[in-house]
Amino acid sequence: MSTSKVTTMRDAIAELVHDGDTVAIEGFTHLICFAAGHEIIRQRKRDLTLARLTPDLIYDQMVAGGVARKLIFSWLGNPGVGSLGAIRRRIESADPAPLEVEEYSHFGMVGRYTAGAANLPFYPLRSYFETDLPVANPLIRPIESPYGDGTVYAVPPLKPDVTIVHAQRADASGDTQVWGLLGCQKEAAFAARRVIVVVEELVPESVIRADPNRTILPGLIVDAVVVEPYGAHPSYVQGAYDRDNPFYIAWDPITRDESAIQQWLRDWVYDVDGRPAYIDKLGADRVASLRPSGTAPSGSVDYGAYR
Amino acid sequence: MTEGYSKSEMMIVAAARELAGQRVCFVGVGLPNIAVNLAQRTIAPDLELVYEAGVFGARPARLPLSIGDPTIVTGATAVTSMWDLFSLYLQGGLIDVGFLGAAQIDRFGNINTTVIGPYDRPTTRLPGSGGACEIAINARQVFVIMHQSRRSFVERIDFRTSPGNLGGAENAARIRHEQGWLGRGPSVVVTDLAIYHFDDAGEMRLDSLHPGVSLDQVRESVGWEVRVAADVRATPEPTAEELRLIRVELDPEGAYTT
Repeated sequence: MSTSKVTTMRDAIAELVHDGDTVAIEGFTHLICFAAGHEIIRQRKRDLTLARLTPDLIYDQMVAGGVARKLIFSWLGNPGVGSLGAIRRRIESADPAPLEVEEYSHFGMVGRYTAGAANLPFYPLRSYFETDLPVANPLIRPIESPYGDGTVYAVPPLKPDVTIVHAQRADASGDTQVWGLLGCQKEAAFAARRVIVVVEELVPESVIRADPNRTILPGLIVDAVVVEPYGAHPSYVQGAYDRDNPFYIAWDPITRDESAIQQWLRDWVYDVDGRPAYIDKLGADRVASLRPSGTAPSGSVDYGAYR
Repeated sequence: MTEGYSKSEMMIVAAARELAGQRVCFVGVGLPNIAVNLAQRTIAPDLELVYEAGVFGARPARLPLSIGDPTIVTGATAVTSMWDLFSLYLQGGLIDVGFLGAAQIDRFGNINTTVIGPYDRPTTRLPGSGGACEIAINARQVFVIMHQSRRSFVERIDFRTSPGNLGGAENAARIRHEQGWLGRGPSVVVTDLAIYHFDDAGEMRLDSLHPGVSLDQVRESVGWEVRVAADVRATPEPTAEELRLIRVELDPEGAYTT
């Protein structure tokens, strides 16, 4: 039995996220850990480089909260709704300060995490040919095949200081299981120096061992396990709760107005004492409205016993 | 607005019909999402929907709110990591059609979704590539759906995010071959006014006008001297069933059509 890594969000962020760090809160639409982002804002971390394929509302909120000096990304928007005003104001008019950007495509970002995780000096991909992306970002570079059969583009490894992953469940030592969209959390976590896992449910090790194909991260690479149900709201957790689409739509007018964002941060981040209080404030009816409309259980498989 | 249906509804219906006979479609964010879901419910029931979030063979029970909606997972053939999706499915050559949206497009089908104005100090910061850049290079062909105007159909795009026929078909074919791209580039552009295909020179050619749209109207909304087919067709109107699917099943809130 290994030692428990279970801790509070407050302690995990205080101990593992430092000013100036490169932080990746990954999760492609699914399993975005807003709870961790809000705690980073509350603890007034500064000068972070925020990496994420899709900055989404969480990085808009964190940028508005003043934690970031730089953004590494591949698609900047409010998915299915519109754009991210706090980030755009800093890019378009340096308001209230410039924001450095380092931009790739999705495959480029996935390749960066993969190279970081696998200890490779670069990741090669067939993308970027004849586009302006390598001009906008000189870290995207052409490379000749050593076997003489053409050119591909390379992206450099990305090794975040901290990667934060939200998941359906983990055990106390950090063995983590996810179902639904997998994004690139596995690569982003293996690439990171420190890993925080935030889960809907803490389960016994036996639950993990009964279904090892579902494990995306071994506890070996995990530094802290935080149990915060609904920690991904307003994004979603497959099988547990749906995306709160009215929230994503309501964000559009808020993000257009700097004073509205700051008011929102006061109401929902600074003046809220953590995720349980946030969920209380959201209200039972709103939470209930996010339940899936029905169940869709997988069949079970028999791994067999081999003694 | 034409009597009975909106220009956006006509665009979505026309785009969906272009997918007849296609097998595997990589679904881009925004308008492609609704067009492709309509196609799966009408003209292309066997269409395999591929989402960059890591899904092959999606059977969405509702219109996905975004391209990462949980409804694309439940009932799908496969859920993969994004690395699997981009490497094995897209770069490996399994995608027949990459269906993209665009903020700006030029006569050769080169696409900008990154910035309006200079990159370092844009007047409008757009979302960026997402997967579009590699889709445009690796999908066997590319379909585009977008609203057209002098602001979106431009002589010169402000930033090339996703390559089309570059400076023309001959040049594009040579580069694609030399660099080992699997894709042949753009083949269809569907707008709220018309349908375009690409001619032998790799340039967009007006082939079909939507009902109620005049050739002058199209010319006024294109930033170059647009090529026009010798026999311009009239796009068939949406059927009652297509409109029902859009309004009742896919987009009851009118997010894509108003």
